[in-house]
Amino acid sequence: MNRQSRFIVSVLAFGYAFLYIPLVLVIVYSFNDSRIATVWGGFSTRWYGELLRNEQILDAAFLSLRIALTSATIATIFGTMAGIALARFRRFRGRTLFSGMIVSPMVMPEVITGLSLLLLFVTLQQLTGWPAQRGFGTITIAHTTFAMAYVAIIVQSRLMSMDESLEEAAMDLGGHPLRVMFDITLPLIAPAMVAGWLLAFTLSLDDLVIASFVSGPGSNTLPMYIFSKVKLGVSPDINALATLIILLVSSGVLLSWLVARRRT
Amino acid sequence: MWKKALIAAPYLWLLLFFLAPFAIVLKISLAEPVFGQPPYTHTVSLENFAFLFSDKLYAITYLRSVFMAACATLLCLALGFPMAYGIARCGRATRSLLLMLIILPFWISFLLRVYAWMGLMNNYGTINSLLLWAGVIDQPMQLMYTDFAVFVGLVYSYLPFMILPLYASLERMDLDLVEAAQDLGASGSRAFWDVTWPLARPGVIAGCLLVFIPAIGEYVIPYLLGGPESLLIGRVLFDEFFVNRDWPLASAVAIVLLLLLVVPIVLLQRYQSRDQENTA
Repeated sequence: MNRQSRFIVSVLAFGYAFLYIPLVLVIVYSFNDSRIATVWGGFSTRWYGELLRNEQILDAAFLSLRIALTSATIATIFGTMAGIALARFRRFRGRTLFSGMIVSPMVMPEVITGLSLLLLFVTLQQLTGWPAQRGFGTITIAHTTFAMAYVAIIVQSRLMSMDESLEEAAMDLGGHPLRVMFDITLPLIAPAMVAGWLLAFTLSLDDLVIASFVSGPGSNTLPMYIFSKVKLGVSPDINALATLIILLVSSGVLLSWLVARRRT
Repeated sequence: MWKKALIAAPYLWLLLFFLAPFAIVLKISLAEPVFGQPPYTHTVSLENFAFLFSDKLYAITYLRSVFMAACATLLCLALGFPMAYGIARCGRATRSLLLMLIILPFWISFLLRVYAWMGLMNNYGTINSLLLWAGVIDQPMQLMYTDFAVFVGLVYSYLPFMILPLYASLERMDLDLVEAAQDLGASGSRAFWDVTWPLARPGVIAGCLLVFIPAIGEYVIPYLLGGPESLLIGRVLFDEFFVNRDWPLASAVAIVLLLLLVVPIVLLQRYQSRDQENTA
């Protein structure tokens, strides 16, 4: 090994250690019997039991799941439409504004998105009476809005990397444009739509700041509950919850990676 | 007809739920706070902005946020570039494994990943315990609630956003070019700065913008890991709104932050559309 590749290998090792050591430690400490989370008091699974008996956590998790399922599905529909429009229609009025509105939500600081959506909901309520209360509906709308941007980008780049000849051939053979879309385009971009849905689902489950702005009294999502607890410091039942989430997500990602690798 | 509907549905959604809200934020930033529901008037004045510009605290907070985000971006680049470079130079099987390991943390809750560092950097946390045990220090170092902790949190959370675009442009690069430069007598560093770096630049720009823009308004990381005196603009906006219930001032803070971000966001959009055309 020369000097350059030794340097690269050590940076890689450091980088991966940096990414993974905190996660491993959370898993280890979730089996810690001691109430003081940073002092080792012997092996125990008691925090998992307490987690399952904590109704606040279960309610919050259920609400978060409902929001994530709904917003990911709507976001995938609208995001796919937007992605097709951006990839296949080179020129239409307001295209620059459209692509700007697709890119911006991804990087917009969450405090701005949250504040502006809340003010919109408050104004709408004064003008039309809707939304009468904030919670499931308003959080779902907020999550749909930023998640559809991600879906649109994924679908758009998938379409850009595919050539149009299949669609053109179908049209030349007299297929109705709508028929071509459902028979040719959609099956081709289905993997991108699935990836987009999963990303939208994860982003929704993950969001704290935007949900804090647009939720109302009594509707706490899981991240809001977690945040209210970890504000006060490290807590053992959150370690257990984090462990469950880390293991669940990791096995999902690993599995899909293995399946994808098999296929290629 | 169907083509119009295809564009119109997402377009209208974004106009209503993404663009229109900014107009409302602008309107409320010109109002005055009152007690009541909703807690603002329907008057128009520039008082909130005058206040923002006259109070030094806000100027300092904006500058500090930009500075912290810029430092975090550079740290991400310094760590992310060699990592992306290394991944792009691996064999196919290793490469896909290493990439998957970069993306994996991204799927795990952001909040929980920041939380994981609280246990590490605590006064009685893992790092201090290890150092005490090894005899490197004889009393706990203050790691939590410092700017250092905020930097760690920012780099940790945003590193994948830096590595992925960097990897995309480094992977496309032809290694023969570097070799040719070296065969023609260029030193290793000369070949890097004259060949590798210019070719990687689109990835560097995209990665830096993807880290810098959201990091400026970051709320959770400074809240959980930073000290109470280290004010950042995301926190100020949140507190003006929820603690002081001064909606107009919070809106004005958001408008000024948005103005700061217009240039980087337009840059990112330009880059994105050019990149899409290149892959086509």
